Amino acid sequence: MAAADSLASLLARALEEIAASANLAALDQSRVQYLGKKGALTEQLKGLGKLSAEQRPAAGQLINDAKLKVQAAIDQRRGALDEEALGRELAAGRIDVSLPGRGQDAGSMHPVTRTRLRIEAIFTQAGFRVATGPEVEDDFHNFEALNIPENHPARAMHDTFYFPDGRLLRTHTSPVQIRAMRAQPPPLAVIAPGRVYRNDSDQTHTPMFHQVEGIVVGERVSFANLKAMLHTFVEHFFETPLGMRLRPSYFPFTEPSAEVDIECVFCRGAGCRVCKQTGWLEILGCGMIHPNVLAAASIDPEIWQGYAFGMGIERLAMLRYGVDDLRLFFENDLQFLKQFP
Amino acid sequence: MKVTYHWLQDFVAVDVPPATLAGQLTGAGLEVESVTPVAPPFSGVVVGKVLSCARHPDAEKLSVCEVTTDGSNRLQIICGAPNARAGLSVAVAMVGAKLPGEVTIGRANLRGLESHGMLCSARELGLGTEHDGILEIDAGLALNLDLREALDLDDTVLEVNATPNRGDCMSVFGIARDYAAASQRRYLSYLPKPVAAAGSEVVVARSEAGEACPRFATRVIRGIKPGAKSPPWLTERLRRIGINSISLIVDATNYVMSELGQPLHAFDLGKLSPDLHVRWAHQDERLTLLDDKEYSLDAGFLVVADSSGALGLAGIMGGRSTAIGEATTDVLLEAAHWQPQVIAAASRRLGLFTDAAQRFERGVDPALPIAALERAAALILDCGGGNAGPIRVEEFCPPHDAHTVMLRRERLARLLGASVPDDDARAVMGAISGTVDTVPGGWRVAAPSHRFDIRIEADLVEEVARLRGFDSIPEQHALAPQVAGISDESRVSNERVLHAIIDRGYREAITYAFVDPALQAQLFPEQPALALLNPISAELGVMRVSLWPGLIQACRENLHRQQSRIRLFEIGRKYIMNHGELTEIDTLSGIATGARVPEQWGSARDAADFYDVKADVDAVLALTGEAGSYRYEEAQMACLHPGRAARIFRGERATGLIGELHPQLVRSLGLNITPLLFELEMEGCFLSNTLKYHSISKFPSVRRDLAVVVDEGVSLAKLRENVTVSASGLLTELRIFDVYRGPSIDSGRKSVALGLILQDSSRTLTDMDVDAVVTAVMARLRDVLSATIRD
Repeated sequence: MAAADSLASLLARALEEIAASANLAALDQSRVQYLGKKGALTEQLKGLGKLSAEQRPAAGQLINDAKLKVQAAIDQRRGALDEEALGRELAAGRIDVSLPGRGQDAGSMHPVTRTRLRIEAIFTQAGFRVATGPEVEDDFHNFEALNIPENHPARAMHDTFYFPDGRLLRTHTSPVQIRAMRAQPPPLAVIAPGRVYRNDSDQTHTPMFHQVEGIVVGERVSFANLKAMLHTFVEHFFETPLGMRLRPSYFPFTEPSAEVDIECVFCRGAGCRVCKQTGWLEILGCGMIHPNVLAAASIDPEIWQGYAFGMGIERLAMLRYGVDDLRLFFENDLQFLKQFP
Repeated sequence: MKVTYHWLQDFVAVDVPPATLAGQLTGAGLEVESVTPVAPPFSGVVVGKVLSCARHPDAEKLSVCEVTTDGSNRLQIICGAPNARAGLSVAVAMVGAKLPGEVTIGRANLRGLESHGMLCSARELGLGTEHDGILEIDAGLALNLDLREALDLDDTVLEVNATPNRGDCMSVFGIARDYAAASQRRYLSYLPKPVAAAGSEVVVARSEAGEACPRFATRVIRGIKPGAKSPPWLTERLRRIGINSISLIVDATNYVMSELGQPLHAFDLGKLSPDLHVRWAHQDERLTLLDDKEYSLDAGFLVVADSSGALGLAGIMGGRSTAIGEATTDVLLEAAHWQPQVIAAASRRLGLFTDAAQRFERGVDPALPIAALERAAALILDCGGGNAGPIRVEEFCPPHDAHTVMLRRERLARLLGASVPDDDARAVMGAISGTVDTVPGGWRVAAPSHRFDIRIEADLVEEVARLRGFDSIPEQHALAPQVAGISDESRVSNERVLHAIIDRGYREAITYAFVDPALQAQLFPEQPALALLNPISAELGVMRVSLWPGLIQACRENLHRQQSRIRLFEIGRKYIMNHGELTEIDTLSGIATGARVPEQWGSARDAADFYDVKADVDAVLALTGEAGSYRYEEAQMACLHPGRAARIFRGERATGLIGELHPQLVRSLGLNITPLLFELEMEGCFLSNTLKYHSISKFPSVRRDLAVVVDEGVSLAKLRENVTVSASGLLTELRIFDVYRGPSIDSGRKSVALGLILQDSSRTLTDMDVDAVVTAVMARLRDVLSATIRD
């Protein structure tokens, strides 16, 4: 009986110590003290030999039960201590998530480029190819081949920058039409975005700006196709259904020629400051390619026909993003640029 | 040009209000830029006459007028105008009249005297700004007539912007004619009543100008009242379209030009010498025109001359010597037809874009001179007296090749993408031409002499589209052939490069392609630049040879706007002159200044240096997948710090530059901070080969670190080259993890810490393999670079 009593008190003491152990080291010490090779419970097992064969199984059973209980208590205590430790670690590791992140800032894309890329995306999805051409042009490509002979009144509208050798800065992207048509036999569908130059500088003009030119040449490419393409374009560009109208106009390189107005995107046609109370915004010029222009590009106008259009990228960017001063595009003020990620 | 609504109604029945008319004209291609009523709304103002005018007994500046508005009534009206006087015809606002600005006229008491109405000034009626006195109106106007009717104030001015191809629409008559065609109305032909010739005096003219002057018509008028003035209706019509009255004779020519489109010139007959003729000017011939400026001419200019010399610049402006004056009584009216190109060239060369020149260069109907002379003579004789001689017409050569243009039915439908009923097409052509023949497949149309823009079939297609309205053509999507697009991997796309540099923290700028020649010469003294003949300003006088001048300028402006950290880039062209040949080269260029990273917590505020920008450049170049194909070599550039500048090579081709702005320039440009610059030529830098996959080794890699001490002059490139050569192909990566100079290192030497990553593709490397490589590397560095190896 004495042995059993002693075992019970030993177990009670062990469980008490384990529960009280403040850390893993103390816990481990308790494990060694009771369950180690020379631990108190291990010693008890060694004492079984002194008992009779009849007593031995029951006493052994009691000791083993006690060992299991101690082991379970240790495991449980270890779990608790681990959890506490993690809790402390987490509490200590708490940060202010509202502090800003570190590293480089992202840069930004110029709104003209952003607009150009959107225009390119819309037209390339419709099967157009993007072409470019030189900015220092000759008279032939900028004027002559576009049916604007010398002394043509239309030249007066262009305010051309000249170089001493007679070359000039292209006044529109239309010369790329000629180059594209000469480079690739029809049928073809090409857009040509780029910088253009006019000797004019005031509140609504900058001496350099950007245009996108488009041409489509085929055997049956018609004015009706032109209207459909442009209407699709403006609705995709502004991502909303928009009224559109064409007004007869004059460009030497197209016949018939038209100016395209869209329903004002700010007032939806009701009349506002931006559309000068007309409800309409003029956004581009277009027409059927003049037979002389096709001929200048060595394309037989009896077989082939096509349409051409040209638009100002800044104008579209201003309407899209509500920029109210053209000059902002070329001042490169960081406070402006950073608004266009 | 400006026209008035009522003037148009002289030629075509317009039964829609002015705003609707404006919309219809715009829809037909005659863009109406403004629609302005001649007078604002007002009522209750009638024609009256001042019977007497006396000083107000109690007010020095007021007069007491007795006014009648119907001949029998007598109204006492107190008036403050200095020009009020007996006998004057005036605009009387009756009691109850409503004037502009919500003014209602009531009975008033002014300093003790009753005033029954008001005598109006131009400003009070909204007719102008004149407020120095009351409006003095034509004494011939009937009393009690409503002023709006008396002065034709319910008229509207339309400003019409005729496109350069439509010379025929630069007149009231021309616009009326086109409106008639667009609106299916009839218009009245221009048939002025002929002025019977009194006598047979003519001035015979000759021409030496050949085709430049096909037709030259004149008419003598003698005995005009000296100093004759135009009647009020005429001056008022001219005023409304923006032309000042000068004298009856000049006004008559302006009136006919505006109404009909034929410019006229009036010579003072008394100042003419014999032998009137048309010829090319002599070299350095001097001529003073009506603008009182003297012009120096040459054989490119056409003049009208007599035996005394040149009298005027043909089709552009008359000369001073034969100008109409106060005393002029006898005139020679001239109405000619000039070749458009001749007038266009002359007017452009002199910058003289007169009303006459603008019409002639666009093309004036050669049939007009006779009608114009009849109309002008009638106006002058009616208002200034005198007798007109017969019209003399010199036909120097056939003025206009009468031609017909064919319009094919099939072509019309194919170009427009819409079928047009035959009747519609025919109706349009009938509206523009008197002669339309139906022929197999279409119509043959005689181009009218006033339509210089109808030459080819497409011109007739335009007429059909324009006059029926573009709205009548449906939108129809094309059936596009399904052709696959292009996705080019032989170069990194500009768009990919753009995104990469943006993601490195740079903001895209767009700067002008022309720059300040002084700044550019400072940066690139050796590089010739293409100069503009007519720059917008001297500061934007030459084409850029680099994007740096523009970026430096943008950087400087942002510094002035209190920015302290700037990273800008631009993708654009530079214009390089090489032995007179120009090349336009697309480049990616950038500028960086200020802290390495934006100001933030937990990071030092170090300024960005060469290596920060080099990392950005390398990141972009790595887009080709061939980062190893570029090398940096020290470079000497006038604009860069001589010890901190490199040229970037790809193979033998120089494709880029990077460096720190020269300290001298930093100072002279007034920058308080040193910018770093780079430039990459798109073509040279971003061509790439199709990527090729290399199998990944399954065997572990081994790292060995070495600290080698070498002379300062030994570049990292040299070190890398020698390590690579001696590592027998096992080196997969070489990392530089420290560069150290300090007390433990001899001066003039530096310690470089190298991390060698070694790996074999077919087996696991043994210690022996690795030791052998390291030994070989150390031996080579010792032998070739005099390196010592630190422990």
